[in-house]
Order: sequence, then C-alpha cells, then structure tokens
Amino acid sequence: MFDLDHWQEIWAALAKNRLRTLLTAFGVFWGIFLLVVLLGSGNGLSNGVTSGFSGMATNSVFVWAMRTSKPYAGLPAGRRIEFTDEDWQALASQLDEVEVIAPRLQLGGWRGGARVSRGQHTGSYSVTGEVPEIQRVQSLVVSAGRFVNQLDVTERRKVALIGQRVREVLFDPGEDPIGGDIQINGVQFKVVGVYRSRQTGRNADEVAQSVIVPFSSFQTAFNAVGKVHWFAVVGQPQVSAKELQEKVLALLKSRHKIAPDDRRGIGSFNLQEEYDKIQGLFTGIRILLWIVGLGTLAAGAIGVSNILLIVVRERTKELGIRRAVGATPWSVRGQILFEAILLTSVAGLAGLVAGVALLEVIAALIPPAAAGSQPSMFQAPGIDAGAGLLALAVLIVSGAVAGLLPAQRAVSIHPVEALRAD
Amino acid sequence: MIRLRNVHKSYRMGDNLLHVLRGIDLDIAAGELVSIMGASGSGKSTLMNVIGLLDRLDEGSYELDGVDMTGLTETRAARYRGQLIGFVFQSFHLIPFKTAVENVALPLYYQGVARRERNRLAGEYLEKVGLADRAGHLPRELSGGQQQRVAIARALVTRPKVLLADEPTGALDSVTSREVMAVLQGIQGEGVAVVIITHEHDIAEMTDRLVHLVDGRITEDRATARGGAVGEAALAGSGG
Repeated sequence: MFDLDHWQEIWAALAKNRLRTLLTAFGVFWGIFLLVVLLGSGNGLSNGVTSGFSGMATNSVFVWAMRTSKPYAGLPAGRRIEFTDEDWQALASQLDEVEVIAPRLQLGGWRGGARVSRGQHTGSYSVTGEVPEIQRVQSLVVSAGRFVNQLDVTERRKVALIGQRVREVLFDPGEDPIGGDIQINGVQFKVVGVYRSRQTGRNADEVAQSVIVPFSSFQTAFNAVGKVHWFAVVGQPQVSAKELQEKVLALLKSRHKIAPDDRRGIGSFNLQEEYDKIQGLFTGIRILLWIVGLGTLAAGAIGVSNILLIVVRERTKELGIRRAVGATPWSVRGQILFEAILLTSVAGLAGLVAGVALLEVIAALIPPAAAGSQPSMFQAPGIDAGAGLLALAVLIVSGAVAGLLPAQRAVSIHPVEALRAD
Repeated sequence: MIRLRNVHKSYRMGDNLLHVLRGIDLDIAAGELVSIMGASGSGKSTLMNVIGLLDRLDEGSYELDGVDMTGLTETRAARYRGQLIGFVFQSFHLIPFKTAVENVALPLYYQGVARRERNRLAGEYLEKVGLADRAGHLPRELSGGQQQRVAIARALVTRPKVLLADEPTGALDSVTSREVMAVLQGIQGEGVAVVIITHEHDIAEMTDRLVHLVDGRITEDRATARGGAVGEAALAGSGG
C-alpha cells in the first residue's frame, strides 16, 4: 500500500486537475494558517500582558494603613491606623509563612511627590524609603552603581538611588551621577545608583521618575522614626498569596485593634489574584481561538470532502475502469482516502509554515521592550511545537474523515453503471 | 473454460421486475472465438457482465476455469476479474491522463506486479498490438483504432483466460474494425477464450461461433462459415 507506485497513482490523480487541487488545498492552507496566526497572536498578547509581572514573586501581598470603618474594642470608627517598626518585627517573627518582608515609607503618602533638586535643576518625584529586600518584590534593574544595602540601613546613610528620568533632569548628559549630591526636601543625599524597571508602560514611567533612599535614613531624615507606610510581604514558596494575605491581615488587625470584619482599616492587595485573573482571561482567549481556528479548519476539511465528492463523481468512469481491471473496493477507497490525507497534510504543513513565518516576521518587527518605551501589549507572538503538532495531527485526522464519505461514495457506484457513465 | 447453467438475472426498475436473462446454458472452451448477437435489450450486455464478474447472477451456476463463481464478495470478484478476465469496451475506456503504456500496465499494478516488470510486460503487449512506438502517447493523441488496440493490450497483459469484448468495433470504421478483429483473432491461438458482443453480422462472421440471444434466451448457437472452415480444417487435419 505504501510503495512508490501507490503515491504515483495518487499524484497522477491530483496533478491531473491542478486548479481544483490548488483551490482545495488553499481551503486547508487558510484554515491552519489562521489557526496558527490566531494562536500565535493570543500568545503574543498573553506574553505582553504577563510580562508586566516579570521579576515579581506572584505570591506577594501588599498592605497599607487606612482609616477604620467600624468601632471595635471601645474604639471609634474612622480611626487612622499607622504601622510601626513593631509591626514589622511582629510580622517577621510571628508568621512562619513569610519569606521576605519589606517595609516602605513614601514622602507625601501614596503617589505623593517631593522636591528633589541639584543646583539649578529641580523636579518633583516620588521618594521612597526601602530595604534591600524590596528587590525580591519589585523588578528593578540597577543600570549604574549599586542598590540599597544592609549597611546603608543599619548606618542610616544618606545615600540615594535615582530613576532614569531623574538622572536626565538633575544631571547633564555625560555627567556621572554616581557620587553626586542631591537635595530631597532640603536634606542632602549622595547618589549611589541609577535604576530602571524591568517592565514597560506606565509602571516603568513611574519608576523612572522616582528616588529610593534607605528605609532607616528616610525615618530619621523625614521625621518618620518608627513609622511604616506600607509592607510588601513575600510568602514561602509553598504558601499561596491568599493564605498569606489572610494571615498578615489578621495579625495586623489584632495588633491595631481593628474589627476582624472591617474591610477598610488596612488596605491590601495580592498579586496572585491579579495574575490568576489575567491567566484565566488568557486561558479563555486561547480556548476561543482554538474554537475559531478549528472551525476554520473544519470548514477547510469540509471543503476537501466536498471537492472529493465532486471528484469522485467526475471520476466515476475512471474508477469503473480501475475496478474492471481488478481494483478491489478497498484499493479504490484507499486511493480516495490517501488523496484526501495527502492534500490536507501537504496544504496544512504549508499553512503551518506560512503562519509561523508570519509570526516570526511580526515578532522581529516589534521593537525590543526597553524602559521608557511605549507600552507594548504584544510581545513574542508564536506557538509552541506542541500546539503546532497538535494542529497538524488534527489536520491529518480531519483529512481522513473528509475522505471517508467520498471514498464510500466511490465504491458504492457499481462498476457496470460507472462504465456506462459517459 | 466458461460453463453457465440455467442462469437467470433480473433487474428491478421501479416497481417492475425486468427479467433479463431467462435460463442461459452456455459452454465456451479455451481458444474459442465466440460472438454473441442480439437486439438491444436482449440481455447480451448483462450476459457479458455476469461472465465478467461485474454483475451477480440470481439463479443458476457459473464456473470459470473450473472454479465456482457464484456468491463471491466484491473483493474476491475483483481479484478474479484481475486474474482471469480481460475487458475491451466499445468506447475503449482508457484512463485519459495515463499514457498508452501506463494504461496497459494498470491491471498489473492492482495485481501487485513490480513497476519494472509491469512496464516491461506493458511494452511487450503494446508491441503485440503494433503500437510500440505509441507507448508514451496519451489516449487523445491516438486514433480510435489505436485506442482500441491499447485497450486490447491492457486486457491481455494479465494473461487472462477469457477476453470479453463489448461492441469492440462499435465506434470504429470498417477498415479499423477489421484491424481490431484481426488482433482479436490472433489471440485465439494463445488459448484465450474470446467472447465478442456485437450486433453487426459481418463482425460476427469473423468469429468461429455465433450465439444469438433473444429476450434473454439463446435461440441460436452455430458455427460460422469461418468457424466451420476452421473446424473442417481441423477435422481434415486430424483425419489426414
């Protein structure tokens, strides 16, 4: 069945009517081409959005102090909560689930700004006090100098790291910012590093316009001794973000006498939840794309089936002749089936290659993501080998299915009638 | 070679049962050249389809080369067809996109003969019908007579026991008809039973034996002048 002659018989039949073969093949080609491009684009969109999470531990929890909304333990509602160093220690020592804990202080509060100047140059930037551990939570790349280290924190050094944009405003082009002095709300700091975000988009722009100082130095320099505005907590690898969030909130609520069911006293945010939401969204999109793609593919296969039915009708006489000279019903069936499979797999393979090639071209045209560049929601489109092979397998199977009906039709015509057809 | 006994065959046409063959008894020996004549609707094509295993008989028995041919599956019928029977049709029935030699080689393909051997045999039989120089031509590049000779070569390439020709000269002029008949007569010597269906008397007279069919029954079965001559020659030969 699989010798050269067999293929030559099939080839001869397909080559006989090139236009018909080409048109049929195009239906299948288009089907798999669309499937590949759709899936690849879906992946590109997914990559673009999830890259926003790059460099961040997804089981991170962020908590910040707010006002209570319920009276509790004799305390009135509307009480302003303030985190302290003691909360930091309590979180670190009492919760086994915590792997890393990073407190933060920010001048002017959430999204507030501070006056940062150097000689004649001045600007308003967000200034935060950080501990070295924040690196585990936030995706910062130190492009020059170094990050905040433990010594900076223990010695309360007046050092600062500046974002890319801050550096451009405060320092002349070509000037080395490392070792330069800057004033933050009138307090002098020495620049030890420049950083940028690993992400792109709005987040990266914010990072570029910010200044980081050691947490302890912030406390003394800006009248915040013992205070903490914000905690970033990373759980142990096996701990889910939701579980961690509950534990952290419970501990902080009990320490600050906040009603356990008060949703306002402490604000919190868990990265995993966001990440899962987006992952779920993309799973949905992927399923949708498969359905659409497979639908197109099915249309192609039905086209093959349809054309082969016509072909069988057209070739009634030829098939009659073949049977008169000794072709068995199975050899006739086999021929039609193999024609269908050959047609769909060759056209499908071409579609697969063309689709992947298009995705590669698109991928090459997308500029590489860099800090401060336009937000790119579409990155590295492409399909993995598994999906490609699966699509091809689906194609071959659909080719066989598409061939079944015409093949059966081919043998159902009696050779006598087939020969009479003129 | 061929042995038919009380063969009946009916077709259902709507509500009517068309009784086409009404008890045929026929023996054809190896090496015989027989013509079957009859008006259209007399059942001669049906008889050929039954002999050629293209159609099943309803009743009676059919032995071909000593093997019972009743109740075959389509697959087995196809096998026997390929091995024992060669067909020649009025409208040649060559596959239009295959060259002469490919058409002749086709039955061997279905018998699983290797390509090289297939083409060698096909070439050999094309030469026998005098068309060796047309091997690479497509059917449409050949004249009617040439096409029919290609069809005869295709029918013979498997060395069948029986060659069935359905109006082999029906689409040909008298000169080419005679050429084709000469080829068919030539086969006789190889021990193949040749059965020709025709409605032309002069064609029938070129065979040895004439079987006349009317309304599904054999009304006449006689030696022709040629057959008589051959028979007499044979008798004379044996007597002398």
